[in-house]
Amino acid sequence: MKRSAGDGELRGNRAEGLLRLPWEVAMRALEYPMRGVQRLIGQGRMPYVFVLPNLLIFGTFVVVPLFINFYYSVTGGTALFPEDRPFVGADQYGYLLDCENHLSPFTCREDRFWRGVYNTIFFVTFQVVAMVGLSLLTAVILNRRIVARGFFRSVFFYPVLLSPVVVALIWKWILQRDGVLNAVITAFGGDRVLFLAEPQWAMFWIIFVSTWAHMGFYTLILLAGLQSIPADLYEAAEMDGTSRWRTFRRITMPLLWPTMLVVLVLALIKSVQTFDEVFVLTGGGPGTATQLIVHYIYETAFATQVHNFGLAAAASILLGTVLFILTMIQMRLGSRGERR
Amino acid sequence: MNTRGMKGLLASAAVAVLAWTAPAGAAVELRMMWYSDGNEGEVVRDLLNRFEQQNPDIKIIVDNVAYKAILESLPVQLAAGQGPDIARVTDLGGLSKYYLDLTPYLMDPEYWRASFGPYLQWYRQSGDTKGIYGIQNQLTMTGPFINKTLFDQAGVAIPGAKATWDDWATATVAVAKKLNIPYPIAMDRSGHRFAGTAISMGAKFLNEKGEPAVVDEGFKAMASRIKKWHDDGTMGKELWGGVSGSAYRGANEEFANAQVVMYMSGSWQISQFAKQIGDAFDWVAVPQPCGPAACTGMPGGAGTVALKQTKHPKEVAKVMEYLASEPVITEFSARTLILPAHLGVVKKGVDFKTDLRLAKDALSVFTGHISNLSPVASALQGYPYNRVIFNAVISRLGQAVVGELTLDDAYARITQDIEAQMAEQQRNKK
Repeated sequence: MKRSAGDGELRGNRAEGLLRLPWEVAMRALEYPMRGVQRLIGQGRMPYVFVLPNLLIFGTFVVVPLFINFYYSVTGGTALFPEDRPFVGADQYGYLLDCENHLSPFTCREDRFWRGVYNTIFFVTFQVVAMVGLSLLTAVILNRRIVARGFFRSVFFYPVLLSPVVVALIWKWILQRDGVLNAVITAFGGDRVLFLAEPQWAMFWIIFVSTWAHMGFYTLILLAGLQSIPADLYEAAEMDGTSRWRTFRRITMPLLWPTMLVVLVLALIKSVQTFDEVFVLTGGGPGTATQLIVHYIYETAFATQVHNFGLAAAASILLGTVLFILTMIQMRLGSRGERR
Repeated sequence: MNTRGMKGLLASAAVAVLAWTAPAGAAVELRMMWYSDGNEGEVVRDLLNRFEQQNPDIKIIVDNVAYKAILESLPVQLAAGQGPDIARVTDLGGLSKYYLDLTPYLMDPEYWRASFGPYLQWYRQSGDTKGIYGIQNQLTMTGPFINKTLFDQAGVAIPGAKATWDDWATATVAVAKKLNIPYPIAMDRSGHRFAGTAISMGAKFLNEKGEPAVVDEGFKAMASRIKKWHDDGTMGKELWGGVSGSAYRGANEEFANAQVVMYMSGSWQISQFAKQIGDAFDWVAVPQPCGPAACTGMPGGAGTVALKQTKHPKEVAKVMEYLASEPVITEFSARTLILPAHLGVVKKGVDFKTDLRLAKDALSVFTGHISNLSPVASALQGYPYNRVIFNAVISRLGQAVVGELTLDDAYARITQDIEAQMAEQQRNKK
């Protein structure tokens, strides 16, 4: 029997209809209670109903723990349950902030906290600048019509798919005393370099590795931002004979700025939270050269025999406060940029 | 299918459903958290299979975890009132408040006192002199191994029985220089490993009241040697300087790869070396290097403890009695190549299940170390907060080794860290 083209189309429509069926049933089932809710609270308040599930999840897993964490920070002892912990007021904060000279960690009572603070500031400054700069450069290149563009986009995104622990282990094998890099150096007649046991090298490599691992994610966001810029603006600029650099400064950057702001905020927060890669790669060493603030919090709360949850909670509240302030500053700068 | 066949099928299905759902007579399920240095996990599983055959009303699930989980996750679980019924632990005194006193459930508590007498105190909280909480089924002793093949190849004489740490440093550096070996000496990055060497130099760690008093001349003598050895290349910076805080790092891989002349670790490495190195080179346990005060290592080991949040204390006690029995302890030690603590088993001796002469010799050397143990080392091991001391020492000496702190600053910080942690501990509500 001869089959007409219409038969295939019909089967396709049936399959689509079947797939859509459960969805439609679910929507119909929801329609009546939602109409009831709308009648009850009015149309203007309906958006709150839709964000409520997310708000509940956010409240349960972020806001409530935040308050619990604050409570821990004003209690002492080693007990786990809040009711078993004595109230100590601002003692934990006082202990952390007690310094003869805040610019010199070793004059502080809790010197490791301040080492963590300064290491984190150094790490975040260089890592975020490198991350955003390289991501922007990569996104601009990948946005152009180059050979094997799809392949290169995948290559840059691939490290993002790897677990941070895997990333750190791979780089550890490359960088350790008998690792691949030293094998190459010695093969060319050089001396072995203790990349992970020399403080400056260790800091350089944790910045490099974390940038390498996460750059693809930010590149992807910036690429999406670049592609949303209307092409006719570039065509007009080209017709006017505008130089590439001027086009980049006057068209690309202003229109990319909202995306850049998102990338900056995300990169900054992610950078301050860095833990797993550094923990596996250098363990915070040599000495405390790469011990970041999150590592200090972990060590204080869990790795010592006397679990000092109060001190760790106070450190995390201070960290959260600084992050909040930085984000606000960035948002303010961002909105000014947008207005201009 | 005919009617009879259908009836038979239905009857079988009903029996199966009833058997699956019937609560009466169901086995009690116990969970045991276990870590392994070598093959202890498989040996204990094998022993427990036999127990389950003899006691079908008890089923034991062994959760094999990393050692780090025992040190860091287990205490948090226990503080939250969660966790297993039984666990293998090394922080014997530090977790004592979570242990179940087995005495009322044991058929013969006297057997335990006679068999584990000196070690039972390690599991008790201060003031408690009677409770029975766990089985010391592994006794460990810190001490050095050497790569004898390297000494032979270099033509350097191995220092004798009463050789000092300085003698060993000179000899190992000579070997390393001659054969281009990267690490003359490697010592586990652990305060426990350092403690034995410092006690040999005269360190006391605790005062007359049994409270921490860590930094004294003996301590400084060993700490300054460690610093000097890192500065002059006798010890590699990757180990002690490689990580921060109290993180443990061992050099077993480097030793097994013949990159270390002398490795200061402990008896628990024997099983692993027997498997990993075999007779690829002569790895030999040597006498404890001496200082002016002693030639001692630190005792330690792992214990299997019953935990008091268990809902089945009687069944837990039954498992513990089985694991503490002389034949089981003997078999466990023989198959895992670890030193037994059971006094009866020690007296009779263990025929360790290995054909490797090197492993047998090493076990015999470490058994000899036990009789030369300094009382200072025993007292420190029995101090419930010894990990506070060990962690402070390793963390600050690690900083001194990479040049972040001077030794004097490190000493001051060690004292301050210990005081701060003990003060936090004392803040707990009474």
